[in-house]
Amino acid sequence: MNRIKQKLQEDKKILSIYFSAGYPNLDDTVKIIQDLEKSGVDLIEIGLPFSDPLADGPTIQESSTAALKNGMNTSLLFEQLKDIRKTVSIPLILMGYFNPVLQYGVAEFCARCEEIGIDGLILPDLPLDVYKEEYEDIFKKHGLINVFLITPQTSDERIKAIDDASEGFIYMVSSASTTGAKQGFGSEQSDYFNRIASMELNNPQIVGFGISNAETFEQATQKAKGAIIGSAFIKHLTVNGVDGIGDFVKQIR
Amino acid sequence: MKSYHADERGYYGEFGGAFIPEMLYPNCEELRQNYLSIMEEPSFKEEFHQLLKDYVGRPTPLYFAKRLSEKYNTKIYLKREDLCHTGAHKVNNTIGQILMAKKLGKNRIIAETGAGQHGVATATVCALMGIQCVVYMGEIDIARQAPNVARMKMLGAEVRPATSGSKTLKDATNEAIRDWINNPVDTHYIIGSVVGPHPYPDMVARFQSVISEEIKNQLQEKEGRENPDYVVACVGGGSNAAGAYYHYLDVPEVGIIAVEAAGKGVDSGESAATSALGKVGIIHGSKTLLMQTQDGQITEPYSISAGLDYPGVGPMHAHLYASGRGEFISITDDDAMKAGLELCKLEGIIPAIETSHALAIFEDRKFNPDDVVVVNLSGRGDKDLQNYIDYFKL
Ligand SMILES: Cc1ncc(COP(=O)(O)O)c(C=O)c1O
Repeated sequence: MNRIKQKLQEDKKILSIYFSAGYPNLDDTVKIIQDLEKSGVDLIEIGLPFSDPLADGPTIQESSTAALKNGMNTSLLFEQLKDIRKTVSIPLILMGYFNPVLQYGVAEFCARCEEIGIDGLILPDLPLDVYKEEYEDIFKKHGLINVFLITPQTSDERIKAIDDASEGFIYMVSSASTTGAKQGFGSEQSDYFNRIASMELNNPQIVGFGISNAETFEQATQKAKGAIIGSAFIKHLTVNGVDGIGDFVKQIR
Repeated sequence: MKSYHADERGYYGEFGGAFIPEMLYPNCEELRQNYLSIMEEPSFKEEFHQLLKDYVGRPTPLYFAKRLSEKYNTKIYLKREDLCHTGAHKVNNTIGQILMAKKLGKNRIIAETGAGQHGVATATVCALMGIQCVVYMGEIDIARQAPNVARMKMLGAEVRPATSGSKTLKDATNEAIRDWINNPVDTHYIIGSVVGPHPYPDMVARFQSVISEEIKNQLQEKEGRENPDYVVACVGGGSNAAGAYYHYLDVPEVGIIAVEAAGKGVDSGESAATSALGKVGIIHGSKTLLMQTQDGQITEPYSISAGLDYPGVGPMHAHLYASGRGEFISITDDDAMKAGLELCKLEGIIPAIETSHALAIFEDRKFNPDDVVVVNLSGRGDKDLQNYIDYFKL
């Protein structure tokens, strides 16, 4: 069974961490993954850096740009990850924009993911209809779960369509915004969290965008199955490098 | 019949579509569901055409360039978009989109700009309608386009520097898109060319199509026929070209010539000739030809003309190129500057440097003496004076 699905069956709240591969240093990728697993994180999203990350706020823009400057690219990331399954068993997701995947070749990309032991992909700018028409078969053939996003503006009808097309979890974007840590969640978010919970979707939801500490993690996971931390973890890496990853995770839960 | 227009899903052949994150889906979907019906509303049409006439100054003349024609031994007509209010074709689109925004109940406008022409055209219509306006502009472009920054400010717009990435047009576009993600309800994004996710390329092309609509009528009057043998336009994102080609796209006897900026030469590493150098990919929500690394990172183009300095091209043009319907020519900085100066001397018209690229084709691309060649004179050269001064040491 796919490692993501297996993890979601556990009776616990999921903590997922995102980072940009190749940041802060080109060769930090494997160490970050290993330390996150050791620290008790449930799921890892490895960011494939892109020159024009239009859904991202300043923190991830900067880490992406720095990673590219460091020399990160798709082939190199696969090279770094080729033996990752010898040391970690945590579910791994690659997250990035669609263009680098398209240039690598979608079929080749998916095949390489399977070889390495990647469990899923998040490609925010690969739209639902295009995925279903052109790529679903390839993803499935290679055992990859494709994760779709929903936002507070997504209509109920579309959420249902996305739920039907999903087979792992739904990435619930917490507010109308690009990525980046916020101060906390207000009544608008709790209305949205409640609305989604009341829809009783087939797939569990994991909340992302704006989760930065224990308090926002706790708020986000009251109704949802889990939450994702990205920018706050990258800020930690900016200050501390790859030291103290365990301490960062301990502050969250 | 094979058509070179967008299909209902916004595809031109394999190009186009809406490759957008879910955060943008409701905004684009609202526009997609409404743009055609709004454009069909009599009240919309009436206001649009009234403003184009009384405010922009349309129809713009179709001018027979006698001395230029003599020099190149063919019949050259210039479609005088340079005479539009604000000095370029860009305003045709911003008038259309501001009316669209009003119909959709939006009270805040955002836009991106490179050289500042689209920013000025957007700031202008926002002033006209009394709507708040934020223009994103790359930090580097702000420094090199000071007069247009001042014009936008005088018109009441806020100019926000884009400090991410390479700090030029593509990054200004990213910032505008991010703003739209953060303000999905009250804000309309007035994109400046036939680029971006569906329905933008088709909507902008429709607003610009007034150019070829007028050419048809004017040519009928002057030559006794609606169709020229060729229609020529420069292509940055491709909006002036889309407008000039629009009513001729599916008329095979009209040759379509697209002129891109070769910069310092197509193979020099400093170029913006997207059709020659680009590969199929996704930029700003559209599947099209774009300049990128082998790894799929978008690269920074170069042209002396800021308006042609974009690493992609609208999906309509990608399709015209891939299908062979359009003839694509690229022109270097030097040849463009020379052609610009030549138009000044022969016809008493100072063109925008973007437009000068289109004028430069006559040196090498020969036409028959009785061919009717319409060149879209997309803008005037006032904004480029400093560039001309520096280049020719005037
Ligand atoms: C005069 C003029 N022509 C052409 C362009 C290029 O844009 P497009 O290809 O969308 O017409 C610009 C853009 O700033 C312009 O100012």
